[in-house]
Amino acid sequence: MKRIATGVVALALMATAASADIKIGAIVSETGPASSLGDPEAKTIRMMVEALNAKGGIKGEKAKLVLYDDGGDPSKAKTFATRLVEDDGVVAMVGGTTTGTSLAILAVAEDSKVPFISLAGAIEIIDPVKPYVFKTPHTDRMACLKIFADMKSRGLTRIGLISGTDGFGASMRAQCLAVAKSSGIEIVADETYGPKDADITPQLTNIRNRPGIQAVLNSGFGQGPATITRNYAQLGIALPLYQSHGVASNAFIELSGAKNAEGVRLPGTALLVGELLDPKDPQKPVVLAYKANFEKAAGGAPVSTFGGYAHDAMLILAEAMAKAPSAKPAAIRDAIEATTGLVGTTGAYTYSKTDHLGLDLSAFRMLEISNGGWKLVP
Amino acid sequence: MRLSSKQSTLLVLAALMIVSPFFFPSNYYYRIGSLVFVNSIAVVGIVILTGYAGQISLGHAGFLGIGGYACALLPIHLGVPPALAAVLGAVLSGIIAYGVGRPILRLKGYYLAVASLGFGVLVAMVLANEGWLTGGPDGVKVPDPGLRAALEWLGIPLANPQLWYAFSGLVLFVGAWLALNLRDSPTGRALRALHGSEVAARTAGVDIARAKLNAFVISAVYASVAGSLLALQNRLITPDVAGFMHSIELVTMAVLGGAGSVLGGIFGAALLTLLPQVLTVLQDYEHVVLGLVMMLVMIFLPAGLIPSARRLLRGRGE
Repeated sequence: MKRIATGVVALALMATAASADIKIGAIVSETGPASSLGDPEAKTIRMMVEALNAKGGIKGEKAKLVLYDDGGDPSKAKTFATRLVEDDGVVAMVGGTTTGTSLAILAVAEDSKVPFISLAGAIEIIDPVKPYVFKTPHTDRMACLKIFADMKSRGLTRIGLISGTDGFGASMRAQCLAVAKSSGIEIVADETYGPKDADITPQLTNIRNRPGIQAVLNSGFGQGPATITRNYAQLGIALPLYQSHGVASNAFIELSGAKNAEGVRLPGTALLVGELLDPKDPQKPVVLAYKANFEKAAGGAPVSTFGGYAHDAMLILAEAMAKAPSAKPAAIRDAIEATTGLVGTTGAYTYSKTDHLGLDLSAFRMLEISNGGWKLVP
Repeated sequence: MRLSSKQSTLLVLAALMIVSPFFFPSNYYYRIGSLVFVNSIAVVGIVILTGYAGQISLGHAGFLGIGGYACALLPIHLGVPPALAAVLGAVLSGIIAYGVGRPILRLKGYYLAVASLGFGVLVAMVLANEGWLTGGPDGVKVPDPGLRAALEWLGIPLANPQLWYAFSGLVLFVGAWLALNLRDSPTGRALRALHGSEVAARTAGVDIARAKLNAFVISAVYASVAGSLLALQNRLITPDVAGFMHSIELVTMAVLGGAGSVLGGIFGAALLTLLPQVLTVLQDYEHVVLGLVMMLVMIFLPAGLIPSARRLLRGRGE
């Protein structure tokens, strides 16, 4: 029976793998708990490959996308990565929506020497630097540093930290705790909440009652931050509230209520405030073009930072493949590492032998919610 | 010479394991094969608990989690070699199953299912929330057990997927052999007796509480070994392994293939591991097709694929 099943697998693969185009692999969490990240990523990747082919492909050869949905399961991600490399014969991979799936894919990428551009936040992905692994999003540590710098400039040094217990929240909490001291910030309260909690007032009350507290930072993602913003307003807490880059979207303002979210600050990418950017800003045209294209391709769905990460990964890959002397994985890897000053939606990327993240703090913009919209904090 | 049903089952299993690789065009198929074996090991445990003894557990992924995390945490925190950690994980799972099983196996039917579900969810929560120990929701890296290096030193260089295909296959074969032996032993007969009727079994002198506990502990050890193998070959383990959906998946595999038979359980595991890979071609319909397969099996082959098929064949023969 298993032989028959294996035969079916083989047949199904042959049906899709007949042409000799250049194959690009993608593994994203289009469904499952991380689908709010993975879905815009998948849409963006499909859109970018279409656009690439419409412009004549890579040196005249068509690119073919093989995209798998891992459902947020690292074991599945590893299986699909093996499949892309061993069976589909892709020359590069993009994806790994969550840190867990990225770590699973990168092991295969390193083992088989196929370049992989990750879309997940954690610093472990590129630290220590692995030859074949790159990533496009900022690290959580950079978000913490950006927030702490803004706090310092407002004279806020004693803060309360509240974090979600999901992957995003836990990872950012650890990074913020690690860099607080060197940033001159003292964390006087450290509370957590479950990602699906409907009421977070007890933790917030606890934080408010700490003596000398000056601001609150929430490292969280999904519904939790919106609940916190509402509870924060209900409790009438007057301290400045900072949210993470994970909720940088218009949906967050809608979920929290524009009145409750007034004055909330968070670090975000240029994507969110495209129209507000200075006309001379090199990111402005890139961001506005992606926004228009995505909204057209996705039937009016709003752009998100996560789709932006996928956009940048595909941009880097397309440029590297155009420049690489051949379509061999190793040549593409070298070309990716040579990326210099490439402007994406997240920032300008400059990779090097020792830096596979390629971004600095300047890529983050400090945003403030004002009248139900966004305002750039100078 | 006529082969007993046990011998023929083992023979079919071994033949499939050895012959299949001749049809593998790439290492990806070894990876899928090894996943089939790992899932099968856990499912054989469920066959013992559900198929033999008639008890339901919806929390078995919790034991996979314990076995998997043992391979990561014991080496990291205590410096235990990963291979030994897998064994210690199995022992730990057995002990925990004994402790948890004593009270919850007093429950029956739905109550037992819900209590075991609670156990699984608790394990997943602890693994996700106690970040200082377990690395939190993003999981933790598992050290290399050195198996590949050892084989290379012996002059047998194998790619990672090939190595784990061979090793998981071997473990599954031993696991299936033990489970088949258990079936016809006094312990196995006691389990099947209590499956048929607890009252009748007690009247016949079976210590019901003890027999149930035996089945629960044995199946927990199977799950733990599967979890360890998964962690060691993935080199990474996350709390999803212990999640509720994974528990359901395991029970579904057992029921689909036929919970009463070891070969059925293995077949169910193979089917549900392979189907999602085949169905990536029609990605949007994957869940519809999986649901449809499940419904058709439940309606037309209620005893599961293998036992129903066997009955059909036998009926025709006589």
